[in-house]
Amino acid sequence: MAKFFAVIIVVITIASAIPIVMHTWPTPQDISTHGAAIDDQTNETMLEAGISFVISQIILAFFIWRFSSWRQGEKTKTFPGGAKAMVWAAFLLVGTEVLALGIFGVKAWANVYFTPPAADAVQVQAQAGQFAFYFRYPGPDGKFGPIHPEMINEANANFFGIDQTNDADSKDDVVTAEMAIPVNKEVHLLMHSKDVGHSFFVPELRVQQDFVPGLDLSLHFTATKIGRYEIVCTQLCGLGHYNMKAYLSVLSQSDYDDWIKKQAALQ
Amino acid sequence: MHDVAGHAAHAAHEPTSFIAKHVFSLDHKVIGKQYYGMALIAAYVGMFLSWLMRIHLGWTNAAIPGLETLSKTGAPGGVMTPEYYLQIMTMHATIMVFFVLTTAPFAAFGNYFLPIQVGAEDMPFPHFNMMSFWVTFAGFLVLMSSFFVGDGPTLGGWTQYAPLSAVGAVAGPGQGTGVVLWATAIGLFCIGQLLGSLNFITTTLDMRTKGMSMWRLPYTVWAWFITSIMGLTAFAVLMPACILLVLDHLAGTSFFVPSNLVFNGQLQPHSGGSTLLWQHLFWFFGHPEVYIAIVPGMGIVSHILTTSMRKPLLSHRVMVYSLGALAVLSYMVYGHHMFVSGMNPVSSVVFSFPTLVITIPSTIIVLILLGSLYGAKLRINSASLFALGFISMFITGGISGFFLAQPSIDIMLHATYFVVGHFHLVMGVAAMFGIFAGTYFWFPKMYGRMMNETLGKAHFILSFIGAYCIFMPFHYLGLAGNVRRYQAFTDDYLQPLIPLHRFITVAAILTGLAQLIFLYNLIYSRFWGKPAPANPWEATTLEWSTPSSPPPFNNFGGTFPEVHHDPHQYSVEGASADYIMQTSPEKVNGPDEA
Repeated sequence: MAKFFAVIIVVITIASAIPIVMHTWPTPQDISTHGAAIDDQTNETMLEAGISFVISQIILAFFIWRFSSWRQGEKTKTFPGGAKAMVWAAFLLVGTEVLALGIFGVKAWANVYFTPPAADAVQVQAQAGQFAFYFRYPGPDGKFGPIHPEMINEANANFFGIDQTNDADSKDDVVTAEMAIPVNKEVHLLMHSKDVGHSFFVPELRVQQDFVPGLDLSLHFTATKIGRYEIVCTQLCGLGHYNMKAYLSVLSQSDYDDWIKKQAALQ
Repeated sequence: MHDVAGHAAHAAHEPTSFIAKHVFSLDHKVIGKQYYGMALIAAYVGMFLSWLMRIHLGWTNAAIPGLETLSKTGAPGGVMTPEYYLQIMTMHATIMVFFVLTTAPFAAFGNYFLPIQVGAEDMPFPHFNMMSFWVTFAGFLVLMSSFFVGDGPTLGGWTQYAPLSAVGAVAGPGQGTGVVLWATAIGLFCIGQLLGSLNFITTTLDMRTKGMSMWRLPYTVWAWFITSIMGLTAFAVLMPACILLVLDHLAGTSFFVPSNLVFNGQLQPHSGGSTLLWQHLFWFFGHPEVYIAIVPGMGIVSHILTTSMRKPLLSHRVMVYSLGALAVLSYMVYGHHMFVSGMNPVSSVVFSFPTLVITIPSTIIVLILLGSLYGAKLRINSASLFALGFISMFITGGISGFFLAQPSIDIMLHATYFVVGHFHLVMGVAAMFGIFAGTYFWFPKMYGRMMNETLGKAHFILSFIGAYCIFMPFHYLGLAGNVRRYQAFTDDYLQPLIPLHRFITVAAILTGLAQLIFLYNLIYSRFWGKPAPANPWEATTLEWSTPSSPPPFNNFGGTFPEVHHDPHQYSVEGASADYIMQTSPEKVNGPDEA
């Protein structure tokens, strides 16, 4: 039984590693300027974690195989170096590994969060609510009008609670159900939720950030590939959570300009 | 050390009526069995719910036979509605985390064996102990009742994030009575565990028999003791948080609800609350909870492995210090659950480092267990197999923690199946393996009969293979961006992953069926198993020196054992046998490490 178990551990270890090595279920393509640092960090961690996983499982299997088949009269033995060797190994090998991962990981995190958005970044406001995203663009004046929560009314398509009659800054605001951005141009996303917690996740963009009711949060990123990608909600928000999504269109600058003009005309 | 004379009268108070003996019992052993029984029922209910979820995820539009009978509105025609899926998911998680993974390894085995292993007749506060079980059981009943009231259980997940959980029925199905019942159930559970923790701590510190110094306590007692301290501090945070949640719900307060929320076009009356406050309070409990579930398993596995290996672990003290370090660090890492939740990004970096550093004591524990296997004379039985399986699962589950400890990688993996795979392996399967190992090991002591070894080994091997088949692919799904808590995969990029979901579903059903072998073995052996010898595993600790199996009401027949040795003395040179009971007066040359 012990040997059978040891073989099973080895088989499972190899079988578990194969899909990772073969990229059987690949990570979504990266379409952002900051994504490479995140992917490198993930790959680095995968390499270190993978080696630790395979070695430790095989040692476990070998010890089970070897030390369950002892002979009568054989004496027990202590691992050379005893517990001290284990403590040193943990501190030196794992300690160094995790600190290195931690330090380089901060660099990748800083790429996303520790720099301010460019002054000329495209401003987009995203609002999440059960179970849809809406987006607002500030129009030619570059300013968003204030939000009046009491005026939010989905029946007359006032999703943001904008008072276009009285607020000068609101008059040219453009509200859409789909998000479009120009390629290779930084986008500053201003996020708020109108009801419960939601999240903005575009796997290809390597961006995930919760919408937290009561907090105005923001993100900035640059998309590098033209295409249409899904924006999905990852924060459990109610029965329609699984179906809460929108689309992000990354367009050439001229297509984006046309698109925003068309949207403005529809308001 | 406890007052021997004061407890001599204990035996004279043995209850005779059925109710006092088996229902409202003050005997820690009966309370331990009551906890175990409740955990067993909860585990099978939780497993059944996971089957429903998995079948639905594999074949979303398929009708599940009989499901309509359980809930006409939740599953019209046998096909789950989205809200019913989330309700089942929430109940599965809540039942498993609280009523199985906390209850079985900590409250059940701890209640039964902690007093015996320290050489006491009972716990210092037996009425509190009885109350701890009945309050917990009431919590379980309240939780289960939510299936049958209003619009069913809450669907907010076991984390119950506000404001979804705090604003009431306006937030959707299950958010009315369902949330109040959830918070009440968890509040009651917290009271039960607080009372239990107090008893465990006092028993360990104050009820040890003669010669039982702190360093002579077995790993199990150390693990329960450390877990009790965590329980005392963590549940003391969750309980008031639940009270505040109920107040937001019923009394119109706004602890967790900010102003200007709009539901169905209606501006809500709340103002001034903080959504993040709930997350901070919840995870300050929630992360230690992971260790509350796993540390007793580590103690049980260490205890069983020393017996199976016929040698002590490499170092008693290093093991105990590492368990203590896990407990301390478990509070400092809670913020890693909130990397993308709107905290200041600098705090994510601050929380990242202790999360990575906690790998060091975890690695020491794994290396001590692995290194101790070297040169062992391993005895393979169901208990030792599950203990060895625990090591494998803990390594696999623990290693994926490397990824989630880093905020930069969390951007991609947060709220995906990668997280689901990680925590299911490390605090689900590993902890369950600890429970199974403990059951096979202590069953002869608890019932005086042996469990069937052939069935036990079959149960192990199917569970081991099955658990990997279910939870390893979760990591692949997560890396491919598959979001968790979806009842159907309508997103385009998720379509290629559906066959893998179906594979997992089949594996889950087969692994679940293997758990029926365990149930059969448990029930059969309880009544018809072979009578157990006094010390079937040739173990050393005090539970194996009671006059009978199960032990009498006062544990040691009215006398108090005297301890002369470390708890895990195996293969000591010059000894008359390859193990020395803690109570044995035999003198040996080998130094007591502890």
